[in-house]
Parts: sequence; C-alpha cells; structure tokens
Amino acid sequence: MTDMTWFTSLSTVAAALAIAVGVLGPAVAMGRAVGQALDAIARQPEAERAIVRTLFIGLAMIESLAIYCLVIVLIVLFRNPLLEYILPR
Amino acid sequence: MEGGLSSSILWTLGPVAISGTVVTTWAVTVLLALFAWLVGRRLKVEGPGRLQAAVEGMVDLAREAVEAVLPGRSAQVLPFVATLWAYLLTANLVGLVPGLHSPTRDLSATSALAILVFLSVHWFGIRAQGLRAYLDHYMKPFPLLLPFHLLGEVTRTVALAVRLFGNMMSLEMAALLILLLAGFLVPVPILMLHIVEGLVQAYIFGMLALLYIAGGIQSQQPQPER
Repeated sequence: MTDMTWFTSLSTVAAALAIAVGVLGPAVAMGRAVGQALDAIARQPEAERAIVRTLFIGLAMIESLAIYCLVIVLIVLFRNPLLEYILPR
Repeated sequence: MEGGLSSSILWTLGPVAISGTVVTTWAVTVLLALFAWLVGRRLKVEGPGRLQAAVEGMVDLAREAVEAVLPGRSAQVLPFVATLWAYLLTANLVGLVPGLHSPTRDLSATSALAILVFLSVHWFGIRAQGLRAYLDHYMKPFPLLLPFHLLGEVTRTVALAVRLFGNMMSLEMAALLILLLAGFLVPVPILMLHIVEGLVQAYIFGMLALLYIAGGIQSQQPQPER
C-alpha cells in the first residue's frame, strides 16, 4: 500500500474511533446531569427556574467536550496539517 | 465539500480578504441597528404599539436574567450582554436563509466575540473594584495559584469561541451530509433542530459571558444566592 492509502484509511479509522470514544464521557455526564436535575425539580418544583438555568449552562459545558472531539475529527479529516509531509510538492 | 471549515472568500480588498462571514456580519449589524432605530424612534408611554410592546417584553426578559445574576448592576452590564444575545440570535438563525451561512459557523467570528467577552470581563472588573483590588484577586487564595488563574482565563475564552463555532458548524454540516445521502427536503427536521440549537447557543454564550463578567465584578465580594 502506498503512503497515501495508509494515511487516508488510518485517519478515517482514527476519526471514527475518536468521535465514538469521545462522545461516551459527555453522554454519561449529560445523562447524569439531566437525571439529577429532574430529581431536584421533582423534590422542589418551585426552584425550577434556577435549576433549569444552571442545567443548561452545565449541559453546554459538557457538550463542549464532545464538540472539541468533533473539531479535532474534522481537522483530521479535512485539514490535516500533517498531510504536507506525504504529498509531493 | 464547499467551505468545509472556513468561509469562502468573496473578494479581496488589497491585502485583506473579505469573506462571506464578514459580509453577513455587516448585514446583520446594519439590520439590527436599523431595527433598533425604527423601534426606538417613536416610543409612547400611553398606549404603546404592538412592536414596542413586543420589544419591551424582550428587553424586560433580558434585564430580569441579568438582574438575577448581578443584582443592582444590570444597567451597567445589560447593554453588552443584551447586544450579544440579540446579535447571536440573529446570526445563528441567518444560516437558515437559503444561500447564507451563519457568521457564527466561522471560527474567526466567534473568536472575535470571545475576545470581546474576555476584554469586557477585565473592563467591568476594574471599573467595579479598581485596578489593584482586581489584580489582587488573581493572588487569592494564595499566590501560587496565579498560573492556574491565568490558564483559566485563556482556556475559558477559547472554549467560548470553539463551543459556538463547533455547534453551529456541526449542525450545518449534518444537514449537508443528510442532503447528500438522502436527498431533497429530507434535512428539514435537522433544520428545525437548527432553530432550537441556535436559540440555545445564543442564550448560553450570553449567559456565560454574563457569568464571567459577574465573576470579574464580584471577585472580592461573597457570591450572592443563586
């Protein structure tokens, strides 16, 4: 196999693996956060506004972890800076 | 893939390349300013028109949100945060117009906004408590933590920019991929998700900016009850 074939297949596998593994943690965290927030609202319905506001901010923080993964994957797939070592100039 | 990660360049002005993002940003800014001017031109206390009532509702909502985080200081911070909300709302939703891209799917646009937030944190902080007291809070609880404070400043600004960019771009890219795989009119549900996501991301960006500014202002005082 040529260098280019290795490069494309390996980066595709790496991208798929990275997003698959990288989403696991945020998924667990988001599930826990929403579950706890529902629990809190069920106990104290009058505190719903504050809980929902904090929940949304927390979810955004957690979600940004998955977004970092996505950005890295997209860089690997579309704008890989290491590609110039392989491509003939 | 058209404009995979960065925006397409429309024309160049000497050494400066004018991308689609810049043009859309200008258009959104001008539209918002025009709208604000039109609404603010004739305000009535007695019997406000429908438009005035609607805009007053929005401003009230923003003021309540700011007041909940920063009691008594909303007049100072509200203009900045509410402008962020209004601009991001429009900018996120403008991507739904066929042929246009959201300016917020470009990392340079979101970085500019994040840098604005970064600078305004220090601006409001120094104005609220003076330069010495403000700089002093980097030394709390003891000076060894200074590098971590500085690191936190940088990473949260980068996170602010990348979060908005990643969200908007990934949604647009998902719609594009579904269009490629499934065909005409199939990505419409994804575009509906885009509306929700645009609203949520605008809210979150403004809210985080508000929280960071509040942190800068109140770094000396005990945090209020949330």
